[in-house]
Amino acid sequence: MPGRFNVKKRLGDRANILPKIPKETEVNSVEEILPEASIPAHEPEHDQKHEKEHNSKQKPHSPAWERVLLARHIERPRTLDFIQALCDEFVELHGDRRYGDDAALVGGLARFEGRTVMVLGHQKGRNTKENILRNFGMPRAEGYRKALRLMEHAAKFKLPLLTFIDTPGAYPGKESEERGMSLAIAENLLELCRLPVPVIALVTGEGGSGGALAIGVADRMLMLENSIYSVASPEASATILWRDASQAPAAAEAMKITAPDLHKFGIIDAVIPEPPGGGHTDRPSLMITVREFLLRHLAELEQDYIGRGVEGIRAMLDARYEKYRKIGHWAELSNSKDN
Amino acid sequence: MKELFKRTAKPGEAEANATEQAKTEHNGPLPKFTWNQGSGAADAGSPPAKVSESKKPAKLAKIPDNLWTRCPACKELIYTKELENNKKVCQKCNHHFRLKARERINLLVDEGSFEEINSNLISADPLDFVSLTEPPYPQKMAEVRQKTGLNEAVITGFGQLQGLPLGLVVCDFSFQGGSMGGVFGEKLVRLVEEAIRRRCPVLTVSASGGARMHEGLFSLMQMAKTTAAINRLGEAGLPHISLLTDPCTGGVFASYASVADIIMAEPGAFIGFAGPRIIEQITKQKLPTGFNTAEFLLEHGMVDRVIPRKELASTLEILLRLYGVASAQIANQKEASYAR
Repeated sequence: MPGRFNVKKRLGDRANILPKIPKETEVNSVEEILPEASIPAHEPEHDQKHEKEHNSKQKPHSPAWERVLLARHIERPRTLDFIQALCDEFVELHGDRRYGDDAALVGGLARFEGRTVMVLGHQKGRNTKENILRNFGMPRAEGYRKALRLMEHAAKFKLPLLTFIDTPGAYPGKESEERGMSLAIAENLLELCRLPVPVIALVTGEGGSGGALAIGVADRMLMLENSIYSVASPEASATILWRDASQAPAAAEAMKITAPDLHKFGIIDAVIPEPPGGGHTDRPSLMITVREFLLRHLAELEQDYIGRGVEGIRAMLDARYEKYRKIGHWAELSNSKDN
Repeated sequence: MKELFKRTAKPGEAEANATEQAKTEHNGPLPKFTWNQGSGAADAGSPPAKVSESKKPAKLAKIPDNLWTRCPACKELIYTKELENNKKVCQKCNHHFRLKARERINLLVDEGSFEEINSNLISADPLDFVSLTEPPYPQKMAEVRQKTGLNEAVITGFGQLQGLPLGLVVCDFSFQGGSMGGVFGEKLVRLVEEAIRRRCPVLTVSASGGARMHEGLFSLMQMAKTTAAINRLGEAGLPHISLLTDPCTGGVFASYASVADIIMAEPGAFIGFAGPRIIEQITKQKLPTGFNTAEFLLEHGMVDRVIPRKELASTLEILLRLYGVASAQIANQKEASYAR
């Protein structure tokens, strides 16, 4: 995280546009005190024209779309906010030791309720500059390889893994292809399937497709009440299904991407309630609830599996396998030609 | 389709009888071509090399029946039977045509050895999916089943390759873009679990646009489910060989198809995380030709081999024998260590 620095010196002549701030306020970035940039909170290609289109086509009341807007709210706590609020100590670890460091996916060692844990999560920004640095929370292959390295690290030191999911999706750019994005995601899925430590994943905002799942194969899958988790973003879904991105609200509804829907389907284990109006309106109380949920699920996993040594870990991995083994629906044709 | 590939067993005969067959199979009048009428179908074994320039391309598009196939890469006309005898690879430019799942299986395994499992599974509608433009999902799927003669986008089963047992998971792109939903995942997992019971390696042949949108997050979760099964296969000491074919993108490429001991790709196949349109839309850059092809992946170190179709079966056979010997060595070592 950026540290304290001299804002006025950095801004030079433009310092006079700064609002007056009390001396004791810690400023982490220039943008915290500058007026909000007018760009939307998610995909860069998502321009304002689209936004207007969405709003105009939003006439049929869509609770799912309201949740999408809350999940993407510019004030919504980000991964580093969660880590800061929930953990007593945190040392961020950088880089995949292969190619580079991806600021869209952060992670490191932390202390959570007395234990050392590994934390990982997508990091979005709050304004143009931060969003460019964080690539709008869309990791590239090196981000997922950093995650893989930290997972292996967690396994080596038997540290529980907590992941925070908040991404529109993995970054679908040229460099992603050149550096093997699909392989990076697939290798993370594989590693999570066999990681011999408890894994808890929490969707805090947007759970976008494979880019979310790559740090989201877990023993316990939790979602904040106003977060979403989808196979493709509502805009992409609408484009794929109906060749019309402006139908995103209809896609959000049809795809059943809200926490309550997914809980009903049994894909996620718990929905964490948010303060009325969304988590950003009352951050302290949100953090208290999140801490309770994480602690309860982690304590359960530790009690059920970790106390029993190798046998317990085998049982935990078997349970994880069965958890995913069960997901999916099918019917059987009776007039089958099968033999 | 089966009949087509039975013929490949006797290629000489196939060629000799090609004209005869063409005549008998087309019960109507012989197709009329816009080029050199004189030779017509009688000369069908070798397509006319040049098309008169005065003829409009629009007329060419009206080639009747399926007697001739135009190669999308080199634009040459190929006599369809000849193409099929060449494993659907263009003899002029080596373009690999897409294969349907059953064609692929018939090309690979010993004749009569394929035993399909779980072919009766069909998709359910877990979301009660409401579409703006399409018929309801179950009805749409019923139409796709009717049209393709398949029950799902993947065929699973066991066969033998030169007598060596092999589990097969083969995508069919013609079925809803080879998309992976609940049935796809379930069929793959059941096949892998059965392969572990039978102590049998698994070959997956992927051709897919990614996750099935109509099943929402259930589809995304199949990425985890299938990868978990492949993990178990690996834990059992059995190899997973993945063949990526045209086109392979999204959720399939980013899950089980990429967690393989050997990854091979067919020449020229489009393989990528995202499709070219999405990349161009996001990056506002024009992509170079050959971007996200099999050869591109090889160059970037992402696949073990780019494998021409005619070498596939023989390479697989060698690999299976090598793994077979390796697993016997492991077994011997284990016995030796127990004896101590």
